[in-house]
Amino acid sequence: MKTIVKILAASFVAGSALSAVTVMAQDYPNQPVTIVVPFSAGGPTDTVTRLVAAAMSEDLGQQVVVQNVGGAGGTLGAGQVAAAANDGYTLLLHHIGMSTAPALYASLPYDPMTDFAPIGLVTEVPMTIVARKDFEPASLEDLIAHVKANGEDVTYANAGIGAASQLCGMLFMNALDTKMTEVPYQGTGPAMTDLLGGQIDMMCDQTTNTTSQILAGEIKAYAVTTPERIAVLPEVPTMAEGGVENFELAIWHGLYAPAGTDQAIIDRLSASLQKALADETVGNSFAELGTYPVPASQATPAALAQKLEGQTALWAAVIADAGIAAQ
Amino acid sequence: MDLISSLALGFSVALDPINILYCFIGVLLGTLVGVLPGIGPTATIAMLLPITFTLGPETSLIMLAGIYYGAQYGGSTTAILINLPGESSSAVTAIDGYQMARKGRAGAALATAAIGSFFAGTVATLLLAFFAPPLARAALNFGAPEYFSLIVLGLLVSIALAHGSILKALAMIVLGLLLGMVGQDIYTGTPRFTFGVRELFGGLNFVAVAVGVFGVAEILRNLENEKEREVGVKAVTNLWLTKDDIRRIVGPVLRGTALGSVLGVLPGGGHILSSFASYSAEKRLSKTPEEFGKGAIEGVAGPESANNAAAQTSFIPLMTLGIPAHPVMALMIGAFILQGITPGPNVINEEPALFWGIIASMWIGNLLLVILNLPLIGLWVKMLTIPYRVLFPAIVLFACIGTFSINQNIYDIYAIAFFGIVGYLLIRFGCEPAPLLLGFVLGPLLEEHLRRAMIISRGDPMIFVERPISATLLGMALLAVIVAVLPSIRKKRNEVFVEED
Repeated sequence: MKTIVKILAASFVAGSALSAVTVMAQDYPNQPVTIVVPFSAGGPTDTVTRLVAAAMSEDLGQQVVVQNVGGAGGTLGAGQVAAAANDGYTLLLHHIGMSTAPALYASLPYDPMTDFAPIGLVTEVPMTIVARKDFEPASLEDLIAHVKANGEDVTYANAGIGAASQLCGMLFMNALDTKMTEVPYQGTGPAMTDLLGGQIDMMCDQTTNTTSQILAGEIKAYAVTTPERIAVLPEVPTMAEGGVENFELAIWHGLYAPAGTDQAIIDRLSASLQKALADETVGNSFAELGTYPVPASQATPAALAQKLEGQTALWAAVIADAGIAAQ
Repeated sequence: MDLISSLALGFSVALDPINILYCFIGVLLGTLVGVLPGIGPTATIAMLLPITFTLGPETSLIMLAGIYYGAQYGGSTTAILINLPGESSSAVTAIDGYQMARKGRAGAALATAAIGSFFAGTVATLLLAFFAPPLARAALNFGAPEYFSLIVLGLLVSIALAHGSILKALAMIVLGLLLGMVGQDIYTGTPRFTFGVRELFGGLNFVAVAVGVFGVAEILRNLENEKEREVGVKAVTNLWLTKDDIRRIVGPVLRGTALGSVLGVLPGGGHILSSFASYSAEKRLSKTPEEFGKGAIEGVAGPESANNAAAQTSFIPLMTLGIPAHPVMALMIGAFILQGITPGPNVINEEPALFWGIIASMWIGNLLLVILNLPLIGLWVKMLTIPYRVLFPAIVLFACIGTFSINQNIYDIYAIAFFGIVGYLLIRFGCEPAPLLLGFVLGPLLEEHLRRAMIISRGDPMIFVERPISATLLGMALLAVIVAVLPSIRKKRNEVFVEED
């Protein structure tokens, strides 16, 4: 019995080594490609990935499968891809959390900078600063004055340490040099429920979650966190318009392969990503979510590498300032 | 648009042959994944999302909704037949449902579940049609203090879940609460009881724990002695309900439906409480509480109705406010968005055909489920005649595959193995798994809402009594405790909690 197992194991190892050699970058892809989303199905990152995956399937001529590996703030899924074979068949679509993880997790089994080969940026989802609909301040200026005057009497919902909503709140409090009472939730979904019910005062969340409630008049929007106003919410001013400079935040999403993936494969995937982002259906669906695909010039390995580096440094500083220790 | 014309519009959409077909596919798939232990609606809907791209919005959402409530049905089938609940709601069904199966009354238990579910589904669908928007508004009055008080009430009355020693039941609840603490604390990010394993940062998976303490433990118990081994009962006497059965289930079905409908509307975890609450209520009201835990048909009828009613009414916050009550609803939001519809308060006005079509399809789906499941009862019961040496490896294998498919997390499989052994030891010590699961499910919610309420009140505990809904709920909880300790009722309580083995 043991020998049979040994023979089987040996032939398996030999077989996979052989196939690794024979699979040339030229005929890539010749089998389905898996994109790992390090969050559960149905969330905004998952939705973005599924839209892009469908369009990339058409271009690559192979099924692009989305696999959800959730948990530990996205670090489990990212770790899995970092350890996967660098043959271009296992990719990772991760958001801004890729750049905050090193500051939040003490023992990451991977290095976001060196263990991945960037393929390109996908989208930058704007965030909105919103409040319950009967919150007193009438404008962004009023809001800033109100928060400065009332400080910890203002409750601010977020989705826990390291979540986009919490990062946004940290930036906001830094910019105003004040402290609000932070109220963590399991996600911004339940936080939105409490905002709708008037149980809490404020929140900062991605347009994917807030746009429909803003348009329905169920919550108040005070500002968008992008440099310019956004098309779906033309009435909502930018932070700069309210007199808060250097407050820019978007939940950027990037596509990565494991480090060491053949350059030809990276280029092929990057071209495919650019094509998918230019697709009209993808563009319309993104618009429905309150975001937009990045221009082709951003859907490149160089642009993503630069983004990751800059953001990792930025968040390391912000998180250290806020006194949050890595776990 | 008035209600009649709205419903007419809904039925014209739902009765479209293509939509009926996909509704049927949905409930069939749902039943199948519900029956396969561990493979839940979440994984199925996630896998099928890409397929729905090619269908129209009504058709795809009708199918996905069908998978969801179909799985509620299927989940109770395995809970009854092999003591393997796939979800927190069917954990309660397993208590008496499996005992009924052991007594050869699997058919009656399955029929009760089907009838109770259908009745509850019908009522809840009507509620959804009549009162969705105002109900959703009312549910928003539930903030952290109200949820905390609701869960306290739920925990206190649910001690009736135990049919052995009350001390052991309390110990099990506390153990469950502790197990629920595993994972990263959302308030501070501090990992608790994770032993440095990042796979545990997200906490223990409910399905893995349930499969372990109920399913695997039961298998181990069955295997320990060849002669004691049993699967259901060889001679299944009666597939249908007797007159006496029908008389006994009317009350529980009505009460379960009412409880489930109300709790399902609450987006902060109300649906989890529904089946536990219904079981406790039935045991309290029963003239023969000592039968509970030994195959009381009321213990199947009530929770099954409550659970299905809650499954339907949990669509209310989703469809009227765009807020998900639980992970499956979050996936449904993803499905809406992929179809270019952002769920929210405007859906009912902007997409009336979709809104009313889904509501009408729920009733049709429930009807299809009864038509589909009643004839299947004979088939399911036949499954019990499969030799156990064939059946048990298959059960374990499917449970592991299903659980792994949720998060692709190998620690979930370790958890099944670990909790299988723990569950077996607990059975040997005469402790019961149901209170443990209750603590496991409600503990994290209890902590979350308590701490959130305290943060919002800036540390002032008066918030729990100053808010009227919360104060009322706490008052009821206090009443429950007083009733339990009043000496005059102690004798009766002893009858409730102690069974002579």
